[in-house]
Amino acid sequence: MDHVIRIEGLSKKYGRQQVLTDINLSVGQGQIFGFIGPSGSGKTTLVKMIVGIDSPDSGMVTVMDRQVPNLGLLQDIGYMAQSDALYPELTGKENLVFFASLFGLKKAFLKERIEYVADLVQLQEAMDKKVSAYSGGMKRRLSLAIALVHDPQLLILDEPTVGIDPELRQSVWHELLDLMGQGKTIVLTTHVMDEAAKCEVIALVRDGGILATGSPDELKRKFGASDLEGVFLAAGRDAK
Amino acid sequence: MRIQALVKRIMLQMFRDKRTLALLFLAPLLVLTLMYLIFDGNDSELRLGIIGGDERLAEVLESRGIELVAIDTADDEAIAVDELNGLLEITGAGADLTLENSDPAQARGLQAQVSQALSQTDGSSSTNTDGTVLETDYLYGNEETELFDVIGPILVGFFVFFFVFLISGIGLLKERVSGTLERVLATPVKRWEIVAAYLMGFGIFAVIQTTIVVFFSIYVLDMVMEGSIWHVIVINLLLSLVALSLGILLSTFAGSEFQMVQFIPLVIVPQIFFSGIFPVEGMADWLQNLGRIMPLYYGADALKSVMYRGEGLGDVAGNLSILALFALVFIVLNILALKRHRKL
Repeated sequence: MDHVIRIEGLSKKYGRQQVLTDINLSVGQGQIFGFIGPSGSGKTTLVKMIVGIDSPDSGMVTVMDRQVPNLGLLQDIGYMAQSDALYPELTGKENLVFFASLFGLKKAFLKERIEYVADLVQLQEAMDKKVSAYSGGMKRRLSLAIALVHDPQLLILDEPTVGIDPELRQSVWHELLDLMGQGKTIVLTTHVMDEAAKCEVIALVRDGGILATGSPDELKRKFGASDLEGVFLAAGRDAK
Repeated sequence: MRIQALVKRIMLQMFRDKRTLALLFLAPLLVLTLMYLIFDGNDSELRLGIIGGDERLAEVLESRGIELVAIDTADDEAIAVDELNGLLEITGAGADLTLENSDPAQARGLQAQVSQALSQTDGSSSTNTDGTVLETDYLYGNEETELFDVIGPILVGFFVFFFVFLISGIGLLKERVSGTLERVLATPVKRWEIVAAYLMGFGIFAVIQTTIVVFFSIYVLDMVMEGSIWHVIVINLLLSLVALSLGILLSTFAGSEFQMVQFIPLVIVPQIFFSGIFPVEGMADWLQNLGRIMPLYYGADALKSVMYRGEGLGDVAGNLSILALFALVFIVLNILALKRHRKL
């Protein structure tokens, strides 16, 4: 399988705090890859380095055979940060148009994409409302829509389903699986175990290191656990 | 295209934020009006050039704390060359006093001192019982010049600088704190495009603000205006460009809106002290030189030259090029500062 993301010997310190230590992994084409771990384990720093908006102290990240950071590469990546990062004074549509223009989308295509993603996250009716009037879940959905607006090959989603109700969460997952079916690669972070179970491959992240990588079933077998929570505990014990 | 999208978004945000717009456009007018109403004079050491006159007069003047400088020929240039507050020429018929009048309160004080000194010496020598006639001329302005006319131009420059600094700084800071800057940097936009868009987006508001403030000062507050109003606007625009680039640069070092406000006493207030509102001549040399690193010093000097002394842009070219240099340096630093977020 082709590797979309390759990470070699990645380390990062913030001041004296070691955030990531010697991370090595690769993500295959068309996978849904989940980083799972408690908050503060380094997941966010790791995905930011894949996007190229944070730089490692040592090691290298390659995405689609191009070394990160790379401006052209950003055209093929859809990134959704943990914070919603929207302009509250603007309407949902204005937010979408703004980011779509930064990706250089042409008028007709831009309009088509905005309609498509608004429909996808079920925000058609709220498009002309100011974001400051949105609920938490609506903001999260708009944020996801922005990450999808330029039809990227690689989606990087930091905690995509936090604050979304179960019904919508299911439709988001449905959409993610659909995108995967189109050959797109999805990398996401989560601290919810049952969500991790839906990923094809997961990496358990703790204290800036990767405890184990594999499909949920593989990991359960390997650590002799009945669920991912058990896997996490067992892997943690092994690491010590 | 990307710059256009960024500029459009900045303007939309501003138009939706009515209170910030009001602060930008109305607050300077309010404060200027207040300043206009309350301002009063101040004192400092006086230097008087003197032509003719006897030792007795010189003694009396010096006893009144006036520094005397002997001058050979009476012309206005001597006032500038010797940095005099006034020039007194004693002739057979009477006395001519030319006041430099950059500081009207000071000029009026000097006039009073000279007139009293003359009548004092007259009385004792009693050579002229009618009293010496004191003719007074003004190098700049006239006897109706108010202190506000002189510091007015400086205040115009200051308020343009201050409000543009604050609003542009907080504008970029909000993006940094809310995470939208990071999101913008996760698109293929170039760093210089972001800085350029910020300069343009907020620049448009700075142009409107500058124009309002200048027209209000001249036509409503009746501030002295010897030079061209367009020259005043050009100087203020350059000054606001410096404020804009400095504001967004310093927002890099602030973690919150409150920390941005903390830059006011550090960066803005010292500039008032050295802008010429307060006389700096009495300060130690190193302290005076400190003013030379402050953009407002050059802006205020240029504004005073045009509005009060009626000079043109050519006369203040030196000040303008230093302001342009400040802006250029801040802009380059801004592009570099964004590297903190994304290396490319």
